[in-house]
Amino acid sequence: MRKKLNAAKCRPLLVSVLAILFGFVAGSLLLLASGADPLECYLYLFQGGVSTTTRIFNTLANAIPLIFTGLSITFAYKTGLFNIGATGQMMIAGLASVVTALSLNAPRAVLLPAVVLAGLLAGALWGGFQGFLRSRFNVNEVVSGIMMNWIAHWTVYYIVSDFFRSATMVTESRTIPDAASLRAAWLCGLTGSSSFNYGFFLALAAVAAVHFILRYTVTGYHMKAVGFSPEAAEYGGIHIKKNTIQAMAIAGALAGLAGVSYYCGYSASIRIGVQPSQGFDGIAVALLGNLSPAGVVFAAVFFAVLQTGKGYMNAMVHVAPEIADTILAIIIYFAAISKLVDLYFNRIAVWLRSRKRRTNAGKGAGQE
Amino acid sequence: MSMFFTMAPYAVAYTIPILITALGGMFAERSGIINIALDGIMIIGALTGVLSVTLLADACGSAAAAAAGILLAVLMGMLFSLLLAFASVHLNADQTICGTALNLMAAALSVYLSRQIVGVSIIIVNSLPRFDIPLLSSIPIIGQVLFQKSYVTTWLVLALTVLSWYVMERTPFGLRLRACGEYPEAAEAAGIHVAGIRYTGVLISGAFAGLGGAVYALTVAGQSTGNVNGLGFVALAGLIFGQWRTFRVLVSTLFFGFALTVAQISTLWPSLSAIPPLFLKIFPYAITLLVLVFSSKSSRAPRAEGKYFAYKK
Repeated sequence: MRKKLNAAKCRPLLVSVLAILFGFVAGSLLLLASGADPLECYLYLFQGGVSTTTRIFNTLANAIPLIFTGLSITFAYKTGLFNIGATGQMMIAGLASVVTALSLNAPRAVLLPAVVLAGLLAGALWGGFQGFLRSRFNVNEVVSGIMMNWIAHWTVYYIVSDFFRSATMVTESRTIPDAASLRAAWLCGLTGSSSFNYGFFLALAAVAAVHFILRYTVTGYHMKAVGFSPEAAEYGGIHIKKNTIQAMAIAGALAGLAGVSYYCGYSASIRIGVQPSQGFDGIAVALLGNLSPAGVVFAAVFFAVLQTGKGYMNAMVHVAPEIADTILAIIIYFAAISKLVDLYFNRIAVWLRSRKRRTNAGKGAGQE
Repeated sequence: MSMFFTMAPYAVAYTIPILITALGGMFAERSGIINIALDGIMIIGALTGVLSVTLLADACGSAAAAAAGILLAVLMGMLFSLLLAFASVHLNADQTICGTALNLMAAALSVYLSRQIVGVSIIIVNSLPRFDIPLLSSIPIIGQVLFQKSYVTTWLVLALTVLSWYVMERTPFGLRLRACGEYPEAAEAAGIHVAGIRYTGVLISGAFAGLGGAVYALTVAGQSTGNVNGLGFVALAGLIFGQWRTFRVLVSTLFFGFALTVAQISTLWPSLSAIPPLFLKIFPYAITLLVLVFSSKSSRAPRAEGKYFAYKK
């Protein structure tokens, strides 16, 4: 009994580890095909991510938006929704927070919370609207999410280039004042002048909050019920429409915080015409983290190692850095087909058990 | 009105890749598999088409290279879609997540491959030649819209559209495919090999989306950049708006083609330049949302779409 429980608990971990393994194996084949030495590439990839204090903290800084988007997707998924619109939510939140940072003239104690709050609200509204479309008009949230991503893309593009464009760079907004940034001088000094910032603590707080909501509150229970079986939930008196909007608004708020930490922490301005990759990577993070808040943290840090290291690898061995993204995508694919693991896992387990039984039976026969 | 006529050939050219991709999606979805990876398959098709033209043009002439590119794009699209078919037919994978993984994979892989093979992430090629069809192009109105400055691929895709309708609605195979998307249990009871049909549906979607990607890259875009501007998702929206029916999909994708063309070349018309560019750029996406708001309630989506069917061995 005890052993069985442990096996069930280990399964998600096994799936993630195997997915990562398969991802790297497939990546090696690609690297071999293009004439590179996979082991050398991977060595530089990881060295680029973790070899010095600065690199380690840069990796953690890279992980911050990924934790947020991973959480966002996890949260929506628990309610049976697929939040593919995290990219747009991030961009709109980034716009709101950068605009706040540039237009509000206030001391840091007021400005910084205002910047964070602006992003959070913008993300919540953007995501909540997708929830509204889903619950009121039955619009598939995947298609609406993609459309909203493009609407966010162009909205940011024109608002920034018309009103907040930097004097020197055509494709960037003006730089936000230091007082509005999540970065702090003491953190910077402590971490070898990396881009590590307050966002990390905010992200850990969000992880705890999401865990708490899903595990210990009635709201969380309702949302999970809707995710498990909408019909049963409705029969049990749970308001599906309300929960859908609520879940998407919270998911949007989390993606919004990803935007704040990215544009007002990791960077200090908005670049227009580019969509942040963290929105889609969040899907991978959520999956690899087995859709659990704690798992998301580990998955995000792992992804960030590859993201931080790929530039270094490119510089050392001249392999296109996109190999890292390809490996990540392959990992998600294998995480998505985790049934494969189950299938073989079960077969091997059955085979082992039958062998054990046979040897036991053999022993019994011998003793008698 | 003259604006409409100048725009029409561009809009039709823009519609074609969306149309064929949406029709591909129709085959997958009506067999019961959601193919959200259409965008990724288009990216693979675009890369294949452009790479073949770049690498083969010197050896065998640009026309043959383009033909080979389109054929290879179809094959690569099918190969890539096999990943989705395997995951969703055999392994009960979440089709949306799996499709998203394939989209990400296609985007990253195509940039990686083009940088490794050609050395740059954006490969530019000469577009296919446009030509006026003799006689037909001099018909007033229709001639101007359809037969002037047309690509040969446009006619290929339109022929495939008619063929799709015929196969889907008038052949035993089409009937079986639809049965698998509506009620796989009944289909199986009637002796239909559900898994085989679903594989075929997804493979057709791969072939069509691969073709769509190559057509997009070799006509309107003239390049492969590692993305197709989200056209695969527009095709998906066109499919929903077209209610999974061939000719309605034709109309709905034509609508998107026009909306996107207005957004793309709005700056050329003084009468449109009064409108802030932001509104023109978000117009196609906003209108898609609006259309979905009105058409999603009474959706005629295949009933068993996205649902795993446990096959008996």
